[in-house]
Amino acid sequence: MTLLSALFDLLLLATLLWLAWRLLASADLFKAVVLFIAFSLLLALAWVRLNAPDVALAEAAIGAGITGALLMVALGRLSPEDACPHRLHPTLGQRLSAPLLISLAVPAAVAILLSSLLTLPETAAGLAPLVTSHLAQSEVAHPVTAVLLNFRGYDTLLEVAVLVLAVLGIWCLGEAQVLTLPGSVSPVLLGMTRVLLPVLVLTGGYLLWLGGHAPGGAFQAGALLAAGAVLWLFAGQMLSSRWSDLPLRLLLLLGFQVFLATAAVPVLQGNLLLAYPPGWAKTMILLVETLLAGSIAAVLAAAVIGGRPACAPQSFPPAGQADEEKQQ
Amino acid sequence: MAEFCLGLALLLLLMIVAGLVRVLRGPTAADRMLATQLFGTTGVAILLLLGQAFAAPALWDAALVFALLAAVAAVAFVRRVGTSEHARREDNRGD
Amino acid sequence: MEIRELLAALLMLTAMPFFLAGTLGLLRFPDVFCRLHALTKADNLGLGLIVLGLMVQADSWQAAARLLLIWLLVLLAGATVAHLIARQALRTGQNPWRLS
Repeated sequence: MTLLSALFDLLLLATLLWLAWRLLASADLFKAVVLFIAFSLLLALAWVRLNAPDVALAEAAIGAGITGALLMVALGRLSPEDACPHRLHPTLGQRLSAPLLISLAVPAAVAILLSSLLTLPETAAGLAPLVTSHLAQSEVAHPVTAVLLNFRGYDTLLEVAVLVLAVLGIWCLGEAQVLTLPGSVSPVLLGMTRVLLPVLVLTGGYLLWLGGHAPGGAFQAGALLAAGAVLWLFAGQMLSSRWSDLPLRLLLLLGFQVFLATAAVPVLQGNLLLAYPPGWAKTMILLVETLLAGSIAAVLAAAVIGGRPACAPQSFPPAGQADEEKQQ
Repeated sequence: MAEFCLGLALLLLLMIVAGLVRVLRGPTAADRMLATQLFGTTGVAILLLLGQAFAAPALWDAALVFALLAAVAAVAFVRRVGTSEHARREDNRGD
Repeated sequence: MEIRELLAALLMLTAMPFFLAGTLGLLRFPDVFCRLHALTKADNLGLGLIVLGLMVQADSWQAAARLLLIWLLVLLAGATVAHLIARQALRTGQNPWRLS
């Protein structure tokens, strides 16, 4: 490790820690959200330095872009008093307990981490040799994709289930509110959206195809497609009730259901769960990844909208009135 | 060349850290938001340089993703509901 | 290729003052509109010179085209976001700073 890369890592680490402290300690929620977006950007750089470009791609797409938009929308739905809370006036006991706990917990945690760090071997190959030796068997060229969708496909299946549950949870909280300001959209924004949308879809497809042999894959592609959907929504577009009723729900579930089906079919043939039939693995993985990308895009976009479609025939998210501001 | 690119990336990281001051000080919401624009562009530059330094074309894909998504959060900021009332109140309050 | 590397290094080094100008402007200029103005220098020339330097030593024309695409997208997004933020700032009642 050269001096420059060590300096880079140290600066990155210190900034991440400091940012985390500042954003948690910020009384103004909007400032905290913007600090969080900056934090996600720097965290993507940290993943790059940890030699994990797949995670860096996902962090850049989801953490910086989608989560930023999601938090902005959530902020917009808070009442102004909730968004800028008054400073708390803690009691003496509360004032003392925090420094006491921190001065006990932090040295203990640092000691545990340092001692376990010292017992680590100089170089650890980890599971990489095992994965590489079985890579041909998985029928994908990229080890990360092989692990995610073949060797540990079970984990990915459960992750997708968690995503679907997350949308269910968000939809249980309430109906979708008006997402963007009513009134005319700037033509500059419309022009940029017109250019970015096809580029986003193309790049999503590129990352999906790339996932077979290089960093990329379904989650990154889904995040890019979701970014396209979010731009489309903020440009003033809405899904008509015809599309937000059954088709949207089908799209949300499609990835998970197809993945579950491909996992269950071997069981019906007397094999283990997710044991792809030899020769079919590449096709099944490609099919699952493509549909997963679509579903993940729908899930993330639905999360940004932040509410379920209304029962009455209404667009999703609902349109706002031009003459009055809908605050809640 | 690798060391040179890494050195430039370090300089750019320092500039990101400096730009964070603007997010912290504000005073308006627009000030905080435009700092993230700087972070996005500088982040793209850092990723391109790191990709060159470590001969990793995957990092150039990450830079492409950064470039595409830099706008999304800013568009959400500009177009979110509740912005005019809240922002006016916040701008008058200062920070 | 010594000349290529030298040229690339020179181009990338020339980008640094623009990024520095952008950051300094962000910190020191008196109001939102001036700061936005400073930022776009980093977007255009700063990133452009770095991309140009990397393109000079790219392995293939496809890699060079990808670099160019990244720069063009950042230009588009940066210009649009600057316009939108300025428009938003004007709407919420901020007046541009005047030398008084």
